[in-house]
Amino acid sequence: MSKVVLKAINISKQYRLGQVGTGTIAHDLNRWWHLARGKEDPYIQIGDTNDRSTKGDSDYVWSLKDINFEVKQGDVLGIIGKNGAGKSTLLKILSQVTTATTGKVKIRGRIAALLEVGTGFHPELTGRENVFLNGAILGMTKSEIASKFDEIVNFSGVEKYIDTPVKRYSSGMMVRLGFAVAAHLEPEILIVDEVLAVGDAEFQKKCMGKIKNVAGEGRTVLFVSHNMQAMSSICKTGILLKNGLIDEMSDMNTCIKKYNGLFEESVLGTVSIKDRLNRSQSSGNILFSNIQAFSNGKKTWDFRYDEEINFQIDCEAREQSDGLLFYMALLEPLTTDVLTNFKVVVKEGPVVKGEKLSFNITLPAKTLRIGQFLLYFAIGDAKQTRWYDVVDNNVNLPALNITAIDMDPHYNSGMFSIPYKLNINS
Amino acid sequence: MANKEIEDDNEAWDLVLEPKTSWYSLGLSQILRFKDLLFLFVRRDFVSVYKQTILGPIWFFVQPVITAITYAVIFGMLADISTDGVNPILFYMCGITLWNYFSDTLSKTADTFTANASVFGKVYFPRMIVPLSVVLSNLVKLGIQLLLFIGVWIYFLATDNTLHPNITILLVPFLILLMGFLGLGFGIIITSMTTKYRDLKFLITFGVQLLMYASPIVFPLSLVSEKYPQYKIFLLANPITSIIEAFKYAFLGVGEFNWFYLGYSLSFTVVLLFIGLIVFNKVEKSFMDTV
Repeated sequence: MSKVVLKAINISKQYRLGQVGTGTIAHDLNRWWHLARGKEDPYIQIGDTNDRSTKGDSDYVWSLKDINFEVKQGDVLGIIGKNGAGKSTLLKILSQVTTATTGKVKIRGRIAALLEVGTGFHPELTGRENVFLNGAILGMTKSEIASKFDEIVNFSGVEKYIDTPVKRYSSGMMVRLGFAVAAHLEPEILIVDEVLAVGDAEFQKKCMGKIKNVAGEGRTVLFVSHNMQAMSSICKTGILLKNGLIDEMSDMNTCIKKYNGLFEESVLGTVSIKDRLNRSQSSGNILFSNIQAFSNGKKTWDFRYDEEINFQIDCEAREQSDGLLFYMALLEPLTTDVLTNFKVVVKEGPVVKGEKLSFNITLPAKTLRIGQFLLYFAIGDAKQTRWYDVVDNNVNLPALNITAIDMDPHYNSGMFSIPYKLNINS
Repeated sequence: MANKEIEDDNEAWDLVLEPKTSWYSLGLSQILRFKDLLFLFVRRDFVSVYKQTILGPIWFFVQPVITAITYAVIFGMLADISTDGVNPILFYMCGITLWNYFSDTLSKTADTFTANASVFGKVYFPRMIVPLSVVLSNLVKLGIQLLLFIGVWIYFLATDNTLHPNITILLVPFLILLMGFLGLGFGIIITSMTTKYRDLKFLITFGVQLLMYASPIVFPLSLVSEKYPQYKIFLLANPITSIIEAFKYAFLGVGEFNWFYLGYSLSFTVVLLFIGLIVFNKVEKSFMDTV
C-alpha cells in the first residue's frame, strides 16, 4: 500500500454573496466582536448549500461543505462536477491560493498548481525572460530552469521567437510557452485545472501525453476537466462534486457515468417527466409528459441483450401546432458522443391545443450490445422548422442498461450488432 | 489498516494548511526558498520600465534633476525659503533623492494585493516576495540617482567651500535602509487594509504628497526651529524628519543630526514593520475572497 500524500479533513468554504459595501462592515464588526470575546463566528452556522439555480434566503453560501478525501502516492485523481459544483474552489484551497473556512489539508512533498498557463507573463519581456519568470513563479529555482531551458523551448515549438517580447506572440504561442514551462515542473503533487481547453489539437495531444508521463513516473496528479474522454483515459480514481458535496468517490468511470445521470433510475425512474426538475424552461408548443421504457409490458430501464426495447412516449400540446416530429439519439456515456439517431414524423396534420399524443418506439432485440447508453429525445413540428422540447440526462432521464446472461464473449465488446450476410462461393 | 493509519498520521507532514496560523509564523524560510523569484521580479520591474526607450535607465536621472530645478525656482527663488546657505539645487536634490525612494516604495507596495490579484489568484508563492521586490528594485533606482547626486555633490565640493561633509556619511546605508523599510511597513499595512474596503486607497494618493510637506524636503528643519519652535515637535514626530535631516547633515553639513531622534525613527520603523508583517501575513491567506 502506498503512502498517503494528501489528506483533506472536513474542508468547508463559505462565501458571502452580493457586493462589498456598507452592509458588510456591520457583519464584519459583529464577527470581530464575537471573536474578540472568544465566542464563535455568528455567521459560520448559517449559509445555504451551493445550488446556483435556486435563490437562497441567506447572504452566505457554502461553496464546499465537509469534504474529506485522501490521495495516495502515484494516484491520478480526477475531479468532476457541473459548473459551480465547487471544483475550482477545492483546487484553490489545495494550491494555497485561498484557505478553507474550516478544516485542514495535510500534504507530503512539494505541491505545484497549474490553474492557468503563463501566469505572470509580462508582455514587455522576451520569451526567454518570461520562461525564467514564470518558472520561478511556479516554484522552480533559477538553476532548475536553466538546466531545462532547451527542453522547454523545444517542447513549446517557438524557438524562433524566444528573444521577442511576448506581446508580439499569438495567443496560441503564449499558451504553448506557458504550458511548456509548467510541463517541466517536477513536484511530487501536481494540480491541473482545465488547461487543456486551449491550444490546437496537436498541442492538446502533446499536453495529454505529458500529463500521462507525469503520472507514469509515480507522481501524484489531481486533474479537473470537463473533457470526460481525457478524464477517463488519464485518471484512475475520481471524485464527483455536486452542490459543494462529494457525490461519488470511486473509480473514474463510475464517477463519469454518475455525472452523466446513469444512476438516477432508482430514484427517478418512476417520476413522470412532467414533475421533474429543470423543466420550467421548456416553452414549446408541445411538451413531453412521459417517457417510459418497457420490456414485455414491465416498466424497466434494464434490458437483456435478447429483449426488444420499447419506449412509450406521451406528449401534450399546449398550443396549436403543425404536426409532430420525433427525434431520438443514443449517446456514448463517457463522451456523450452520438452513436446513432433517427427521426420520424408522428403526425402530419395540425395538432390542436390540449391534444394528447401517445406513441411507441421499438428497438429490435440483439441490436444493442452490453453496456450503457444515454438517451436523448426531442420533438418538433413536422416540417422541422422548430424544436418544441428536449429530454435527456440533464433532466435526470435514466440511461439504458443492456445486460446478458449467456452470450458469446466476442459480443462483449462493441456497442452494436449490424446485419450481415454470408455467401459461400465454392 | 488501523495501524497503518496511525502510522500515516504520526509521520511528519511537510505542509499543513489551516484556516488560522499562529501570528509568529511569518514564513521567512519560504521567502528564502523563493529568493530566485525575488530577484527575477526585481529584474522584471527594472527591465520592463525602459523597454522600447532609447535612453533607457538615463531617464532615472531626468526626474530628480528637473524636480530639483523646479523646486529651486519655486521654493528657492519665488518663495525665498532658506536652504541653510547651501546651493538650492544640491539642497533639493539631496532631499528628493531619498524622499523618492520612500514615496515610490510606499505607493507601489500599497497596492500589492489589488495590482497582483490575477497572479495571486492562480498560483501560490510567499506574497511578501512582491513588496520585497519593490523595495529592492527601487533600491537599484535609488542607487542610480544617488550616483547622479554624488556627481553633483563632488562638483560643488570642489568649487564651493560651504559644504562640510563629515563622518556621519558612514550612516548613509543605514538611513537608506530605514527609509526603505518605513515605506515597506506603511505600504504592506495599507495594502492589507484595502483588500476588502478600498476607502484607504483614496487617502494614499494625496497622503504621500502631503507627507512630503510634513517632512523637511523643501525646507530645512532649522527654519521651523527658528520661526515656529512650538510646532517643531509635530515635525519630529514624523519618523522621516530625522532621517532626512541626518542624510543632509552627512553630505552637506547642515541640518540637525540627533541620535535620540534617529533612535526614535529606528524604533518606529521596527514596530511598524513588525505590525505590517503580522497584518500582511494574516490577510494574504484569504484576501482572494474579498479583493
